[in-house]
Amino acid sequence: MPIDTDGGLPQFARPMNAAPPVSPVYRIPHPLPLDSGQVLENCEIAYETYGTLAPDASNAVLVCHALTGDQFLASPHPITGKPGWWERMVGPGKPIDTDRHFVVCANVIGSCMGSSGPASIAADGAPYAMRFPVITIRDMVRGLVSLLDGLGIAKLHAVVGGSMGGMQALSLAANWPDRAARVLVIASTARHSAQNIAFHEVGRQAIMADPAWAEGDYYAADAKPDNGLAVARMAAHITYLSEAGLTEKFGRRLQNREAKGFGFDAEFQVESYLRYQGTGFTRRFDANSYLYITRAMDYYDIAEEHGGKLANAFRGTEARFCIVSFDTDWLYPTAESRHVVHALNAAGAKVSFVELSAPHGHDSFLLEHDQLDRVVKGFVE
Amino acid sequence: MTCLRPDLAAIAAHVAPGSRVLDIGCGDGALMAELEATSGCDARGMELDGALVERCVARGLSVVQGDANLDLANYPDKAFDYTILSQTLQTATRPDLMLDELLRVGRRAFVSFPNFAHWRTRAALMFGGRMPVTRALPVSWYETQNIHHVTVEDFRELARMKGAAVERAWFFSGEKRIGAPAANWRAEFAVFELSR
Repeated sequence: MPIDTDGGLPQFARPMNAAPPVSPVYRIPHPLPLDSGQVLENCEIAYETYGTLAPDASNAVLVCHALTGDQFLASPHPITGKPGWWERMVGPGKPIDTDRHFVVCANVIGSCMGSSGPASIAADGAPYAMRFPVITIRDMVRGLVSLLDGLGIAKLHAVVGGSMGGMQALSLAANWPDRAARVLVIASTARHSAQNIAFHEVGRQAIMADPAWAEGDYYAADAKPDNGLAVARMAAHITYLSEAGLTEKFGRRLQNREAKGFGFDAEFQVESYLRYQGTGFTRRFDANSYLYITRAMDYYDIAEEHGGKLANAFRGTEARFCIVSFDTDWLYPTAESRHVVHALNAAGAKVSFVELSAPHGHDSFLLEHDQLDRVVKGFVE
Repeated sequence: MTCLRPDLAAIAAHVAPGSRVLDIGCGDGALMAELEATSGCDARGMELDGALVERCVARGLSVVQGDANLDLANYPDKAFDYTILSQTLQTATRPDLMLDELLRVGRRAFVSFPNFAHWRTRAALMFGGRMPVTRALPVSWYETQNIHHVTVEDFRELARMKGAAVERAWFFSGEKRIGAPAANWRAEFAVFELSR
């Protein structure tokens, strides 16, 4: 199947401060069926690749990104100019070695970096906004599988993901068991917990409480719901860190002042940091995408998709699994990873599991960690 | 063949080729690697120490970080042809229950352990009057992980109580294989193959 890489600039309704993403775009040549029963017509997937695909297409590694991630895995982000989000892990000679592997990273559907999402233009010429169908993690993976078809990749050497990326990796393994030989899941889970859903709901309500959200129909307006989105990001960002990490980084130190001001400016360093994270995020992310993707994560429960028993999801799988958790991750704690491991054991799957020690909570998977590097390298090689 | 500890070498030599094996307390995966390389086994491991698990995963072995006292319960019955517990029984919270689990999860079980009735241990206790520190048991009583010392005869008795048949047994003094007669005196280490 020929693939459309001449797509150039994807259609993108949202006025961005910087140039829109310039990744190649694959248009799925058939309507994409969704778990909701709806279908997505003319679905587009923006993606980046690194390395060279072997003639027999046996060396492909799919890396799945997290909630607010994108396809700029190991190349600079076109809006922020920052290095790729996992550049320390992916590249020539890195643990996921692009000298050996053809690494694919695609923007998930529902997102806003070139793949079809609420900011995309619908058939009537206006942005979908809240008319975009509600999607699931499995729908995202359905899109990724279509992309693999388009790229001529029948079976991945490995699928790798952290956090929501890990959910996609597990979903691929459970629903398309022949598409990946190795499945590496870092700081993730097989289901969203009540606590996870609760935090997401705080974020969604912050966006929806922003008058500029305007029921999601803000793409043509001067103002976007940046304040709501920033608050959502601030709340979520806390869950990516750990108390010890926050204490070490900020303590009770004040920001650019000697004494308390008895007011409500960002007096503490930690406040200043969160506000910076919040506003920075609004420059690169669409508020409606945040609603759709958090909803997809909340709906995620692999066991539920397989008759209520997680082991059933992996029965008969030939893939090798590696599950990694971090001891200070309270968003997707080690117990969730163990739950996956026990199910894989019960299904007779080849599984490795290690809990790594790191002070930085959930975000540890994105940060410097020699042990993680060795595990990823050893498993993916 | 790589240089395996004598008890592991005995186990490696007697696991049927192509078997499914669970190595409990697999350490750095030396036995698993040997079984996969020379016997074509499908080997899985369990290890408590995360640093050792990382080394196993880095060498391509399927090893789960876990506590054998708790996590064996998650494996289905007879999921493996063999379960292997080397030099770990004496550290278990309940060695008797662990033996049950070994024979539930595996069709056969290999168990190796240091023999507390070896003459050196007896002599150290008898003449020194203190908890033995020997080449087979080199750690002092206050920091040893060996909380349930066991002798060859104790183990035979436990197997009998549990209705487990001793298929084969091997005994070692240092690197040297010794015979079964008087093993309870002469063996520093014992390896048993059990079935039920």
